[in-house]
Amino acid sequence: MLPALLMIAVFFFLPVLAALGLSLTDFDIYALVRLDNLRFVGGGNYLRLLQTPLFWKALGNTLFFVIAGVPLSITVSLASALLLHSAVARGKAIFRTALFAPVVTTLVAVAVIWNYLLHTRYGLINSLLGLAGIHPVDWLGDPNWAMPAIILFAVWKNFGFNMVIFLAALQSIPEELYEASRIEGATGPQQLRFVTLPALAPTLVLVSTLTMAGYFQLFAEPYVLTQGGPLQSTTSVLYFMYEEGFKWWNLGSASAVAFLLFLLVLAVTMAQSFVFRRWSEP
Amino acid sequence: MMPRSRALLVNVALFAAAALSLGPLLWMVSVSFMAPGEASSSPPPLFPHQATLENYRQLFAQTRMGRGFANSLFLATAATLLALLFNVSAGYAFAKLRFAGRERIFRILLGALIIPAQVAMIPLFLLLKSMGLVNTYLGVLLPSVANVFGIFLVRQYALSIPDELLEAARIDGAGELRLFWSIVLPALGPILVTLAIFTFLGSWNDFLWPLIVLTDDDRHTLPVALASLTREHVQDSELMMAGGVITVLPVLALFLVLQRYYIQGLLAGSVKG
Repeated sequence: MLPALLMIAVFFFLPVLAALGLSLTDFDIYALVRLDNLRFVGGGNYLRLLQTPLFWKALGNTLFFVIAGVPLSITVSLASALLLHSAVARGKAIFRTALFAPVVTTLVAVAVIWNYLLHTRYGLINSLLGLAGIHPVDWLGDPNWAMPAIILFAVWKNFGFNMVIFLAALQSIPEELYEASRIEGATGPQQLRFVTLPALAPTLVLVSTLTMAGYFQLFAEPYVLTQGGPLQSTTSVLYFMYEEGFKWWNLGSASAVAFLLFLLVLAVTMAQSFVFRRWSEP
Repeated sequence: MMPRSRALLVNVALFAAAALSLGPLLWMVSVSFMAPGEASSSPPPLFPHQATLENYRQLFAQTRMGRGFANSLFLATAATLLALLFNVSAGYAFAKLRFAGRERIFRILLGALIIPAQVAMIPLFLLLKSMGLVNTYLGVLLPSVANVFGIFLVRQYALSIPDELLEAARIDGAGELRLFWSIVLPALGPILVTLAIFTFLGSWNDFLWPLIVLTDDDRHTLPVALASLTREHVQDSELMMAGGVITVLPVLALFLVLQRYYIQGLLAGSVKG
């Protein structure tokens, strides 16, 4: 046990603390060469970030991704779990595997497929839209469409994960609840509203917390699909951190970005659990 | 609605959803067999006119994907073995051995789950740099060998080993190592498979950390090599799809064979209230 704790302490807790310290310095390429060049700048990095338009842009893009992507992802997960759970569904095991498959695929590799699917001229998506008489959309080249395209891709990639969790929760709802509601004359939609959804509430909270934390960490999708463009419309907070740190070697400032992201995730998670506690206490 | 039409509707919807999930993957395989340039036509072809292995040949002959494959295979295997070594002993200790501060340390560990790994990345990079481990395989591996989720997974499962069994073995004179090796490990069998597949998939699919640590082209993992391939060969859709296939196929196959264990672990991890 001690070796494991030691590894976690050295390679996780220590770096997290160091990140806080580092974010208060001007660690850059000069300090990387000679540590003498390192200076303590206090909140300087944070102040400067708050005055950097690209940081705000990245924050806005990330929030857009979270606010649009999380509900969409959860809706698709829940809908597919309900379909799979339905008594009349055939071949459940096969369908479950098929719907889950994108989750285990390598993100970079499937981003390559989507890059092609979303191609303006040769992409399957535009050619299908063409059949419906819709003009080709420049998905990854138009600043207004690049983020929606990435959201579409992310939902496709991730919904299976939540679906399996919902499915397990659905299977644990006692059948008697449905029978009782049937005797009282509840219709299908009413059962969904008054039996299934309340029983799923704790799972829903858990799933949305996990999904949200994951969606705040958007990085590989824009890295592979759009390189943060066009016009920085897909630069996320982590993408910004990566460029700040490992392209420009402003490691102090990049640490400050990482810390702000952490605080944001923490705040959202805590707000969510607060709301949930209020809501679940009668 | 009539029961029969309801059944039809549900199954058609499921089929459509499955087609949407698998479609892109199947199409990737199909395009990877197309002749160079064939995919760049409108409307896009669904199947190759004449299937060819040319893209795969070119991929291994002219790009670094073959090397990337070997690197990924090595790193994912090593990460899996190390993770088993470190997390299993820790998980077992948290479940069954008594020591001061056990509950408190475990709670602190669980608390760490909400810290995004990226917060640690920059100091970690500097730490590895000072140890001379940037651009080494060890540098990729070290931060991932012990992991909170893995410890948690093993602990939850180890709690179900009856204390009487361990006591009986101790009374019979088995030492702690012997006990661990011949009683605990066999009892933990299924969760070891779960932990192994999680670690292997996680390592194989990881992108940001290998991208940062491995600066040398020859040491790149498959995802990193594929990402740089897509930047160099923007036009060669067929070649990139072949690259996608060899990146995705191993993990997809592993998942298909061991999906029971994978999903078991996913559920154990998600009900950690």
